[in-house]
Amino acid sequence: MKLPTKKLSTRIFAGFALLSLSLTAACGGGDTAAPGGGDEAGGEVTIGIKFDQPGLGQQIGADYKGFDVDVANYVAKDLGYSSVNFKESPSAQRETLLQSGQVKMIFATYSITDDRKQKVSFAGPYFVAGQDLLVKADNTDITGPDSLAGKKLCSVTGSTSAKKIQDEFAKDVQLQPFDTYSKCVEALNSGSVDAVTTDNIILAGFAAQEQYKGKLKVVGKTFSTENYGVGIKKGDTALCEKINTSLKKMVEDGSWKKALEANAGTFEYDQSANPPEPAACS
Amino acid sequence: MEGFQTLLTEYNVLAALLMTIKLTILSALGALVIGTLVAVFRVSPIGVLRVFGAGYVNLVRNTPLTLITFFAFFGVSITLSVNLADPTSPTSIADNTFRFGVIALSIYHAAFVAESLRSGVNTVPPGQAEAARAIGLNFTQTLSQVVLPQAFRGAIAPLGNTLIALTKNTTVVATIGVAELALTMKNMVEFNSSLLFSIFALIAGCFVLLTLPTGILFTWLSRKLAVQR
Repeated sequence: MKLPTKKLSTRIFAGFALLSLSLTAACGGGDTAAPGGGDEAGGEVTIGIKFDQPGLGQQIGADYKGFDVDVANYVAKDLGYSSVNFKESPSAQRETLLQSGQVKMIFATYSITDDRKQKVSFAGPYFVAGQDLLVKADNTDITGPDSLAGKKLCSVTGSTSAKKIQDEFAKDVQLQPFDTYSKCVEALNSGSVDAVTTDNIILAGFAAQEQYKGKLKVVGKTFSTENYGVGIKKGDTALCEKINTSLKKMVEDGSWKKALEANAGTFEYDQSANPPEPAACS
Repeated sequence: MEGFQTLLTEYNVLAALLMTIKLTILSALGALVIGTLVAVFRVSPIGVLRVFGAGYVNLVRNTPLTLITFFAFFGVSITLSVNLADPTSPTSIADNTFRFGVIALSIYHAAFVAESLRSGVNTVPPGQAEAARAIGLNFTQTLSQVVLPQAFRGAIAPLGNTLIALTKNTTVVATIGVAELALTMKNMVEFNSSLLFSIFALIAGCFVLLTLPTGILFTWLSRKLAVQR
């Protein structure tokens, strides 16, 4: 009676071992195919972007479109990489992806903040955005953050914009947090919330989407400053300098402006703050 | 340790924990009511009710909770504009999402409660029901006074499992914006990403605090209340 039991458990154990082995092999294969941490110029580079933000970083079929994508492509080419491999980098995973070397750079509406600087370094900024409001096209009573009393506002869970609303307007405004901006925009379109708030360039991307064209508008009165930087591994000053040089070059030769206009449509960005001068690397 | 202090002072973890507890308790009650009804349908002598009960269990049990939550809120509340809270009240959004969250959780876990109860009904020997019928009790009386009381006692352990699963599944309603632990965790990760491990430990600790005593209680109850045969 004892022997068969032992045999069975051995078999189960062997099965698990085999399973975990094949799993690690599968993961390992993915890593070697994407040498994000390699320092040598040329070859392929892995860059983290958002996959779900129209106008900035959006996956359309097998293709990627948006301002972040264009800047990323320009910088990668300028740094001497022959091809770019895009990887989705959701907000919560950005630091981990950089620290573990799974991506070399991140262009994903990544605001430069002191808390984030503890774990990663930033090149740039390459765009200065500001928190704004998206409302229905026929709305006239919301003209800015001061006219929000008694309104329902939507933003994404764990975003700077949601926190700002909660900190500064919480007593008069109800906040509906969703996990994606597209849910917020849908709720706005159906009328269950009065406004959506986040960075103006993101809102502009949604307003320019085919299904919302002419139905939604960006109010155009920003009430914060978000410096979008390029996330890199902490302390990689050499890479930071190189990226900053590329960003300057991109602004100078007009590609920066072209990319912005191609992706954000008629969006009127803050001309006085943009294009920004990249900050010194540390 | 410093990390925990920062998190506890900057975020209202207690309110989030209370929200999770509130969601758990209310959804557990809802699921128990719907689940008992479905279980009764499944063992009833009327064919159409049995089909309905089996249909409910198979449909709901095989649908992801995220989908049910999403449908309940986006389909019913946003698209059809059905609100469960007064839209003019100053807390209408929070109330509305919370109530839809409870409904989605109740509907989903009712399927598991029904199956647990059915397993409990199967532990009651057929002789019990036959004896009840023999002394002249009708179906309702047999079920409510003889079979179900024994079935509940036999189903304590699987019901406990369902309650623990429910506690952890409350995190799913964060997708519609109920301010419970998972939502607080998302906020923490965004604004204090440097404390990632402390955040994980804190939230995990909160759930252990809820589920571990539940598990111990139900194990003890299932021993204490087991029907001696």
